[in-house]
Parts: sequence; structure tokens; C-alpha cells
Amino acid sequence: MIPAQFDYIAPSSVEEAIRALAEHGDDAKVLAGGQSLLPILRMRLNAPGVVIDLGRIGELQGITEEGDTLVIGAMTTYAAVLASEAVGTHAALLSKAIQTVADPQIRHRGTIGGALVHADPAGDVGAPALALGAEFVIAGPGGSSRTVAGDDFFEDLFTTAVGEGELLTHIRVPKHTGWGAHYEKFVRVSHQWSIVGIAATVRSEGGSIAEARVGLTNMGSTPLRAKAVEEALVGKPATDEAVRAAVASVAEGTNPPSDLNGDSDYRKHLATVLTRRAVLAAAGA
Amino acid sequence: MSRITVIVDGVSYTDEVEPRTLLVHYLRETVGKTGTVVGCDTSNCGACTVHLDGTSVKSCNVLAVQADGHEVTTIEGLAQNGELHPVQKAFHECHALQCGYCTPGMIMQACDVLKNNPDPSEQEIREGLEGNLCRCTGYHNIVKAVQQAAGELSSQAVSS
Ligand SMILES: Cc1cc2nc3c(=O)[nH]c(=O)nc-3n(C[C@H](O)[C@H](O)[C@H](O)COP(=O)(O)OP(=O)(O)OC[C@H]3O[C@@H](n4cnc5c(N)ncnc54)[C@H](O)[C@@H]3O)c2cc1C
Ligand code: FES
Ligand code: FES
Repeated sequence: MIPAQFDYIAPSSVEEAIRALAEHGDDAKVLAGGQSLLPILRMRLNAPGVVIDLGRIGELQGITEEGDTLVIGAMTTYAAVLASEAVGTHAALLSKAIQTVADPQIRHRGTIGGALVHADPAGDVGAPALALGAEFVIAGPGGSSRTVAGDDFFEDLFTTAVGEGELLTHIRVPKHTGWGAHYEKFVRVSHQWSIVGIAATVRSEGGSIAEARVGLTNMGSTPLRAKAVEEALVGKPATDEAVRAAVASVAEGTNPPSDLNGDSDYRKHLATVLTRRAVLAAAGA
Repeated sequence: MSRITVIVDGVSYTDEVEPRTLLVHYLRETVGKTGTVVGCDTSNCGACTVHLDGTSVKSCNVLAVQADGHEVTTIEGLAQNGELHPVQKAFHECHALQCGYCTPGMIMQACDVLKNNPDPSEQEIREGLEGNLCRCTGYHNIVKAVQQAAGELSSQAVSS
């Protein structure tokens, strides 16, 4: 199928893109890598009058280091994140999760910003971003810019703090240098969206877990961070028994969906099993 | 309408297209590169895979206007001077196709896999072709063909 007709604008700066958004209001849709938006337009689930392509805005691409923080441009492709030594060294969890996204062709086009703003609860990038304590930099009219913490970024299914007329420009990821990381994604066939996914990153000290961060994919309408489990893991030895006990309550308070891939209770059970596996793998056990 | 200039298989084309035109439709219907095919509506099957500036993409999931100023290689641009590309030759020799519908995309993606990893393991080949579906072969001979092509490409690299 082909999309309905639209006008196409390809601005070369954030400022120009924001002006175009202001001019066209809710008739406009932003195009990043297109790997979610183009299927939506082709299926005619949405039919914007104007498509604003961010693909020619250089300032939105690339990865830089600012002290203890990695700054990743919204238009940085999955493939570029995977190729980045800085991400592999300082935010390995992000690389581990992105390796499981879709297939190589889609990872060549899809962008980290597009994935985060799309905010599909089954998407694999939100949970590791939350677990790493990422902050989200959002540009608005008149050169304004605000920074939103992870907990405030994801609002609901396919809904984030990025409002009409705004763009996600960067994410800021605190460095987790030397932390082990693992993304445990449960699917029944290869090349599938997460039925449940668990993002875990751990700082180990002499065989014990000194600090842990855990994010959950598809356990509710947004990605979640399992703070109680993170606290319960502190000081525990990286053994099956100790981790099993510390993560037993990971599904408490979650509200995962029921669908053809499994019902809500099944997902809650999966989450406890996968969290144990993810934490042990992240701890190198 | 938007005016775009795209280099396709080494030749520059300038055309007026509707912004909603998918790259695959531009390639097939305007440029005439019908070697690139459409196999699904969901961007799952990979049959439409081409190279955009040297990396593989699903051309059903890219707008023609996004390719403006860029370079596309299709399956029709792989053979040089009437000589099949080593990956094409290996698919032929290893019987890596039956109906052949997935083959153009499969070969373009196999080239991408080998570009990034000249000596892939079987597992790496299977993962590299994860976004390309084949309803006929069971993938076995496809993997063999990519292994054979890897060998041929690396011996070419040594001898040249
Ligand atoms: C076959 C297939 C399999 C897939 N499998 C997976 C998978 O296993 N796991 C997974 O996580 N994902 C998967 N995806 C989705 C993929 O990850 C998408 O690339 C990603 O969700 C969107 O990124 P994009 O850059 O392509 O964004 P686009 O599709 O261009 O945009 C997505 C949405 O975000 C908005 N947007 C984009 N960038 C910005 C910005 N900077 N500021 C404001 N708004 C913006 C757009 O307006 C649009 O609404 C799959 C997709 C396909 C087609
Ligand atoms: S036609 Fe492009 S992926 Fe199927
Ligand atoms: S040979 Fe028929 S789909 Fe692959």
C-alpha cells in the first residue's frame, strides 16, 4: 500500500523544523528513520498533510562525551549507536538492547530518538534508557529547550512528554563505565517484538552486586524501572539463589497487557524468570 | 511533486515524484529496476532490500524523496561487465533459491553482511539475514552460498 498524499519538508536545522511544526500544527508529522512512521502511513493509520523530515539536520546526529555524560543525538541511527565505542564502554546496556531490535536493514535507518518518541510499550529502547537514568532534551518554539527525567518522559502508550510543536533533540545518558549489562528479550520466533524484555546493568565488587539498575519492557503501558528490585540487589552475592530471592517481587504493581502472545499473569511470571537471568548475566555469573 | 536526483546502479536520474512515493516503487516504476521486488506490506520480508549509500535498507520503508542526493545499488547493479557478483554466483551454484522471489533481497543483504564481516560464522550469517524471509529453501543452502561467497571474496582480496 502507499501512503495518502502529503507535502514534504526537509529542514536543515532544528530551528527551521520547529518553525515548520508551528506553521502546520497537528497537520504535520515528524519523520525520523521512518521505520515505524512509514508502515503507519502505508497502512493509512495516520494521514498527515505535511511530513517534516529530520534526516538532513546534522546537529541531531552523533554521539559526544561531556564529562560523565554521553550525549546522543535523536537522529543517531541504531547502527551508529552499535558502532560507537563510547556507548559500548560507558552504556553497554543500550548496545545490548539495540542488538535485539528488528533486523540489520531496519537498524541502518531507525533512530534512537524515533524509537523513544514512538514509545511503543513493546519497543526495546525505553527500558534500558530508563534503567540508565537517561534525560531527554526537548526543543520547542523560540529556541526554548527543556530537559525531562526518564520517569516523566514516558506518559502512556505511544505518548511522551514531547508535545505538539516540540522535538526530541538529544538524550543524555550518565556513564556507567565498567558496569556489566544484559538485555534479556523473550520472543517465540526470531525478529519479533518483545513479549517481555528485561534490561539489567550491574556494578560488581568482589563477587557481590554493589549497584544495579533494572528496566522492564512490555510490562505496562510504558517502560518501567524496578527500583525496589534494584535496592534489594545491593550487597547480594551474584548467585542464583540470592538473585532469585531479590528479584521475586519484580512484577508487583505492574500491569502488563494480555494479547495473543500471552496473558498478563504469564508476563508477570516471565518477568521474574527473565530478571533473574538478566541480572546474573549482567553480573557475569 | 518534488524533484529528486538519485544515482541508481551508477547512473544519475532526475525525476519529479510525489513525496509519498516509496523508494521501491520509484526504482521499479520510474527507473525500471524491476529486479527489486515487493514481498509484503509490513516491512518484514526483506525482498525489497537495496543499498543506500552502501548500506542495506528495505526500500519499501524509505521514501524516494529521502534518497534525493544519495546513491542506490539494486540487484541489477551487482554484476560487472557481464560477470555475476561472487554472491550471485554462489547462490546459483549452491542452489540457494527455488522460486527466487526472496533472492534479490537475500543477495543484497548477504553482500551487506560480508562487507561488515568478511568471514562470518554460520550463526552470524543467519543473524545477518534475520530480516529476509524465504518461503522455499529452508535457508540451508542460502547459508552455504554466503559461506562459499565469503571464501571466494577473501581469496579475490588476497590475489588482488
Ligand atoms: C519489521 C519491523 C520490526 C521491528 N522490530 C522492532 C523490535 O524488535 N524492537 C523495537 O524496539 N522496535 C522494532 N521496530 C521499530 C523500530 O525500532 C523503529 O525504527 C523505531 O520504533 C522508530 O524509529 P524511527 O527513527 O524509524 O522513527 P520514525 O518511524 O520516523 O518515527 C516514529 C515516531 O516518532 C516521531 N519522532 C521521531 N523522531 C522524533 C523527534 N526527534 N522528535 C519528535 N518526534 C519524533 C515521529 O513523528 C513518529 O511519530 C521494528 C520495525 C519494523 C518495521
Ligand atoms: S517488501 Fe520491503 S520488507 Fe517486504
Ligand atoms: S526461494 Fe522462494 S522465497 Fe526464497
